[in-house]
Amino acid sequence: MAEEKRLMKGNEAIAEAAIRAGCSAYFGYPITPQNELTAYMAKHMLDKKRVFIQAESEVSAINMVYGAAAAGARTMTSSSSPGISLKQEGISYACGADLPCVVVNVARSGPGLGGISPGQADYFQSTRGGGHGDYFHIVLAPKSVQEAADLTYKAFELADQWRMPVMILADGLIGQMMEGVIFQPAIDPASLPRKPWATGHQADTHREINHISSIHLVPAELEASVRARFKRYDQIKAVESRYEEVNVDKAELIMVGYGTSARVALGAMELARKQGIEVGLFRPITLWPFPDKRLGELAAKGKRFLSVEMSMGQMIEDVKLAVNGKAEVSFYGRCGGMIPTEEEVLAEIRRILKK
Amino acid sequence: MELIYGHPKSLKPIQTKYCPGCGHGVIHRIIAEVIDEMGVQERSIITNPVGCSIWSDLYFDFDSVQPAHGRTPAASTGIKRMLPDHLVICYQGDGDLAAIGTAEIIHAANRGEKFTTIFVNNAIYGMTGGQMAPTTLIGQKATTAPYGRDPGEAGMGYPIQVCELLATLGGTKYLARGSVNNAANIRKTKQYIKKAFEAQLRGEGFTMVEVLSACPTNWGMQPVQAEEWLEGNMIPFYKLGEIKNTLAGSEGGTASSSTNGGAK
Repeated sequence: MAEEKRLMKGNEAIAEAAIRAGCSAYFGYPITPQNELTAYMAKHMLDKKRVFIQAESEVSAINMVYGAAAAGARTMTSSSSPGISLKQEGISYACGADLPCVVVNVARSGPGLGGISPGQADYFQSTRGGGHGDYFHIVLAPKSVQEAADLTYKAFELADQWRMPVMILADGLIGQMMEGVIFQPAIDPASLPRKPWATGHQADTHREINHISSIHLVPAELEASVRARFKRYDQIKAVESRYEEVNVDKAELIMVGYGTSARVALGAMELARKQGIEVGLFRPITLWPFPDKRLGELAAKGKRFLSVEMSMGQMIEDVKLAVNGKAEVSFYGRCGGMIPTEEEVLAEIRRILKK
Repeated sequence: MELIYGHPKSLKPIQTKYCPGCGHGVIHRIIAEVIDEMGVQERSIITNPVGCSIWSDLYFDFDSVQPAHGRTPAASTGIKRMLPDHLVICYQGDGDLAAIGTAEIIHAANRGEKFTTIFVNNAIYGMTGGQMAPTTLIGQKATTAPYGRDPGEAGMGYPIQVCELLATLGGTKYLARGSVNNAANIRKTKQYIKKAFEAQLRGEGFTMVEVLSACPTNWGMQPVQAEEWLEGNMIPFYKLGEIKNTLAGSEGGTASSSTNGGAK
């Protein structure tokens, strides 16, 4: 039976998709602009007799996630930029202990307390392993309410498949705006396969005991464990990189943007077309792994690039790494909660192309 | 022939890395004995803290989870909520519980999380080499309190009586303080642990057993002298016994005042 299209806020759509993806434990702490997500989880997780806890802090919430993941559950927390900073310790531990979980960042603008308006200044923190140690985790960046829901299902699957935290990096605009969304069918958490590495239920199989830990005090053992994880990262890079391309073949200039910036870039592309200027959009959907291979191919075709961001220029570093000196890369960004306008981006395109 | 006394099944038959005279080995053993007596070895999970007892997962013969420093009660919350019929043991030291993890323990206790905390209080940081703990006694020396803990001019604060602090919270049902400085106290401590574990599996609420334990290495004492120091200095301040017992069927209340916080 086809699902009805519903009009929902991004925050609520992520919550509903998480419930349908079989999330059996959610832990959160209030922070703007993601509060609708926590409130939705409170109502609907409790209605379904699943676990919902409003934790005493973001630090506690991510560590409750750590425990629930160690017990084999599909589990999630959500927050916004300052709160995500607090969760970084726990994310590092979860990466070190190979625990699957989903972390949603409905990002705002920083640094510090900053503001509550949308921002993309958490790109470095999200894609570089924002806590201590050598690690990465998958980062998914939705541009619409529908995609926020779709990527939430995907996030739980990827987390379990690769045994790592998966972050959904949205922003206050994606979280707060309402759009139509169609949900995929719900998965019963009880129908999900047991994870053989998780703690608990030993009595059912009399298996060997399981330890969930990130500690290796012997340097050679720790190095081997990190290297094994990086081999897994190579596999992820090979198969999980996702992106969307619009008009890149005809384009004289390709904008690179994700999430809200990509929406603005699409608008600027239409304005440019009306003035006879062909530009395109390359939209990374996975920020880690960054779709660098495809971007490198486009650079080799002689394209030039404009990174459009709601930051002072963070993703542009990945764009430059991907094109590896083969193409010119320009930047246009607003920060502090300001969203670039289509007209501003068009003006920058015209300035670069001297048209 | 019936075996009257042997090595507990739930504890691996290997030597520990703990220092001579350290209490962790004894505490591990009585936990393992209780688990054997209750027959729940394959349903037990320990969260081992950052501190000397981070090694406990080498010794207990059941599942373990190792969280970040102080976050042990938050991780135990996640585990126990997902596996309510399992025995979840939140093993913590005084730095883990009463310093960096103060928020986590207070709120887990207040929510009445149904795991059992074993709080090992040796009044010092062991693994990092003898720094002042929240439970270091006034005047007691530490590498970071070289002239002794001074709550006055140096502003080092006062030793925290954790059981008494948590007793005011509605979610706490059983808070006891034992010691492993002699055989009689070890036996009593084991009884407290058993009571707490049984209450946990009945789903009554938050249970904790604080255990006073010697750290001869960082106290700068011989093991025998350390046990004497514990008896003469720690026990007078950290009173032994059931500090709060509001378990079903018990007549006890709390040594200090207790509030339940909500309307009945």
